[in-house]
Amino acid sequence: MNRLVAFYQSSIGKKITMSLTGLFLCTFLVEHLVGNLLLFVGDGGESFDAYSEFMAGNFVIRTIEFVLLFGFLGHIVSGYLVWRKNRTSRSTDYEVYRLNENSPIWSRNTMLTGSIVFIFLVIHLRTFFLPLRFDDPTPSPYFLVVQAFTNGWYCAFYVFALILLAYHLRHGFQAAMQTLGLRNSRYEGLINAIGAIFWLLIPLGFASMPIYFYFFHTMSNAAMALGAL
Amino acid sequence: MKITLKVWRQKNAASEGRFETYVSNTVSEHMSFLELLDVVNIDLVKQGLEPIAFDHDCREGICGSCGLMINGRAHGPGKGIATCQLHMRSFKDGDEIVVEPWRANPFPVLKDLVVDRRSFDRIMQAGGYISVKTGGAPDGNALPVPHDHAEKAFDAAACIGCGACVAACPNSSAMLFVAAKVSQLALLPQGHAERADRALNMVEQMDKEGFGNCSNNYACEAECPKGISVDNIARLNREFLRATVVK
Amino acid sequence: MKLDAKIPDGPIDKKWSNHKFNLKLVNPANKRKYTIIVVGTGLAGASAAASLAELGYNVLAFCYHESPRRAHSIAAQGGINAPKNYSNDGDSVFRLFYDTLKGGDYRAREANVYRLAEVSGLIIDQCVAQGVPFARDYSGYLDNRSFGGAQVSRTFYARGQTGQQLLLGAYAALMRQVDAGTVKMFERREMLDLVLADGQARGIVARNLVTGEIESYAANAVVLATGGYGNVFFLSTNAKASNATAIWRAYKRGALFGNPCYTQIHPTCIPQSGEYQSKLTLMSESLRNDGRVWVPKKAGDKRRPEDIQDNERDYYLERMYPSFGNLVPRDVASRRAKEMCDKGHGVGPTGLAVYLDFADAIKRLGKGAVVEKYGNLFDMYKQITGEDPYTTPMRIYPAVHYTMGGLWVDYNLMSNVSGLYVIGEANFSDHGANRLGASALMQGLADGYFILPYTIGDYLATTKFAPIAKDATPFRDSAKEVQKQVDTLLAINGTTTVDEYHRQLGKIMWDFVGMGRNKEGLKKALKLIPELRAKFWKDVKVTGMGSDLNAELEKAGRVADFFELGELLAIDALHREESCGGHFREEHQTEEGEAKRNDKKFAYAAAWEFTGPKKAPKMTKEPLTFEYVKPSQRSYK
Repeated sequence: MNRLVAFYQSSIGKKITMSLTGLFLCTFLVEHLVGNLLLFVGDGGESFDAYSEFMAGNFVIRTIEFVLLFGFLGHIVSGYLVWRKNRTSRSTDYEVYRLNENSPIWSRNTMLTGSIVFIFLVIHLRTFFLPLRFDDPTPSPYFLVVQAFTNGWYCAFYVFALILLAYHLRHGFQAAMQTLGLRNSRYEGLINAIGAIFWLLIPLGFASMPIYFYFFHTMSNAAMALGAL
Repeated sequence: MKITLKVWRQKNAASEGRFETYVSNTVSEHMSFLELLDVVNIDLVKQGLEPIAFDHDCREGICGSCGLMINGRAHGPGKGIATCQLHMRSFKDGDEIVVEPWRANPFPVLKDLVVDRRSFDRIMQAGGYISVKTGGAPDGNALPVPHDHAEKAFDAAACIGCGACVAACPNSSAMLFVAAKVSQLALLPQGHAERADRALNMVEQMDKEGFGNCSNNYACEAECPKGISVDNIARLNREFLRATVVK
Repeated sequence: MKLDAKIPDGPIDKKWSNHKFNLKLVNPANKRKYTIIVVGTGLAGASAAASLAELGYNVLAFCYHESPRRAHSIAAQGGINAPKNYSNDGDSVFRLFYDTLKGGDYRAREANVYRLAEVSGLIIDQCVAQGVPFARDYSGYLDNRSFGGAQVSRTFYARGQTGQQLLLGAYAALMRQVDAGTVKMFERREMLDLVLADGQARGIVARNLVTGEIESYAANAVVLATGGYGNVFFLSTNAKASNATAIWRAYKRGALFGNPCYTQIHPTCIPQSGEYQSKLTLMSESLRNDGRVWVPKKAGDKRRPEDIQDNERDYYLERMYPSFGNLVPRDVASRRAKEMCDKGHGVGPTGLAVYLDFADAIKRLGKGAVVEKYGNLFDMYKQITGEDPYTTPMRIYPAVHYTMGGLWVDYNLMSNVSGLYVIGEANFSDHGANRLGASALMQGLADGYFILPYTIGDYLATTKFAPIAKDATPFRDSAKEVQKQVDTLLAINGTTTVDEYHRQLGKIMWDFVGMGRNKEGLKKALKLIPELRAKFWKDVKVTGMGSDLNAELEKAGRVADFFELGELLAIDALHREESCGGHFREEHQTEEGEAKRNDKKFAYAAAWEFTGPKKAPKMTKEPLTFEYVKPSQRSYK
């Protein structure tokens, strides 16, 4: 137990915690995206609703939800502690500091991108997760999606948050590899390629949903409205 | 060349500092940056003022004494050089150059541009060595070391302890410094006996000194005068994880 | 004064082992009752401090740097010699001994040099065990390269940063002892006086360079490992802060100064580029392994090197010395370069340079191999000159590099002052009149790891020590004197900075006491130096205060000592009416322009004694006898 405490108290221990939880959250994103792709089936949400019902009702999934919660908490708390320590290690700032000349932009703003993604997460939970779990009668998940994604402001914020998530993961994935000691300049290409799955494909996949619903759904509704005339 | 220097002046560790501006009209492009400071200092002394204090010694990029933040870059513009190897040909006539000391809480300013980097020594004391007594060594060739291990160990061992990694890091992290030493000794078979203790103890001391955490933005590697790779940080992380498990 | 070198009896290859057996030992439990001060923590000092602490002594270690890792040993590039014979090319302890003695032009003690060669193998073992990443071949075994003055490959190296790696090894050993509490490390302290009590060295007075406080430290013995005095020339390859103050203050307390005129000029340095230049940068001698030295055959040929055809080039070292070629010893290579430039064949904007060309090596070995061997040196050159040595030849010129002279010590490395030990470059012992490449690291570490720890025990075991506190009268008197000098320097408030004086002194030294010396020039120097010194004490301007970090004040004290040491150097050079190694008197040369020794009259070490301010120093001779190697005219043809 003492060793575990000492591990977490060390700078590297907290970073390793962040990396492990971060990678775990990445796998969650994959699962989440794959499930959500059912939105595109085109059956008026039948499959998607069935999938949601399965997820909500399955005991294993419900258990994993708690793990996920701890994953988020571990990532956020460690991230905050690391950030706070880093804030206090240089009491006097430089007059001129050109970090932009020797490091990429995404590496410098993970706390910011992470915080905004966190705000997004809260809103996201409020929009979808909470009504589905606690509202009585339980609304149709597909209906909730359509409702949210036909709101222009909501879609814009959603896409914006996903861009930040992309930035967050652009840094985060290879950083996790580095922190776990799995990165090496010889394998940098490979790691970056795998990383691109997470930082590029996943946010793109998620972003396709509001875009699809906003443009196509709204438009087909409009078309239907026109047809009715 | 005409160069304007905006230099951090601070009487001692306890006092507040401020920037002072000095203009030099007789700068040659062949001068090193430290030679420019020499020239400015001669002028200051002649005016009865105190010269700018800065650490320097070998002036060939190996002792690690010099280290200045020049226009927001550790050791100034350019790659793979210490401040003493920066020549004025890297600047243009009429440039204004802002010169600051390394800033990090574990590197307190002693005077002007001089900082105290003994926190590095204390990290070394925590385990940056192989505990072999004088006279207790076997023949040098008793233990072959694969060529590429020796080369990699050397790449890490090239660290001059200047502190540019800390100075450049947005978190004032000393990970590259610690990683270089841990890597060097982990790559060589001689270092294996104390490998786990070394990683744990050096990291513990690093944290105790108040250095920040690594956030993997690799500014350290970009500014390291010896080009020490962040691969070593990955190795340190690995060593630390391994030590936590096996110890 | 009678000098006893305390050379043990017996055949040369048994002297050290017999002597070690005969030395008195300090009981392990008693060792912690003794305190030893080590001043300077470069290779010699750090290795000594760590080794003494391992034995159980209390060690107080001092350096004026921020950390021991900054010592100038770190700048040594090429390598370290040891007769391991891993190359199977016929090397042996005796051959290293022979080469070193011959390289020193027969002006060193046989017994010391033999011991150095004997223990040098242990250094390699020790450093390998410490984790020094020496170069290895593809089988994983240690690699060697050749160096000037030797026909075998016996130099161990870590790219072009051997000194750095060895120093970091010794530094790490020292840090380990600091952690163990056996060494107390005092950084940013400059020793300003040696304190004697009852004729024994019992402590030092040092200035805390951060607070300006004058501090006293007492001990049972004092070890000086404070390096050489090459900076008396202002422009040298030494680090800016390298200075002679510690040994000079010891000299003024009665320690004899041995052979001050033996200074080494290194042949491969980057030429000076302007008046503002603050120091010269060395390019490792190892470059001469693969680089070819040449000048244009036609004097005053200002064409670009690429435009000068092979038959218009004079590869003068290969021409004059067919068997050693570009690998002749340093003194020879330096003098020949100067000669070529004096005759108008020099190249570059100042005409004070010769070419060191790697075109052939790159053709023969491929660029990759050259990068692996010399990459960092080439980068360094490019950084300083803005020229790329892979495509155009380097320009090199000799510069002051090392001083073979230093405080006189006996076989035990103790000076004539009881309890004052001097190790590394600070002593005069092993290199005679010229040091071979890759031998400085060897000597520093031999002294620190494997010689001093044995010999100092004998002194401690056989000496009675009266208790002494650090506020005892001798300490108080010393501190007062030191404070007085600080106050004096600050009070002069003249018109000229310390650096300007140092530069002028350096010019006198280089012009008249440099690579080629003659009676007339030396006499002139002996007139100019005291004049300039007198002016310095009236006119120097040191600003700031004594009570904080004040680099100008530090420099002023050091330059004040250089003024005195420079004079002694010239006196010694004038008295030595012969040429030997790094001391070249133009009046004494062979027909071919080589150094001509006078063994009948000058086969001795000159040990100079301080007799008082403004009084002539007194010289005592330590005769040198050669039983095993008969002195001959050095020939590298």
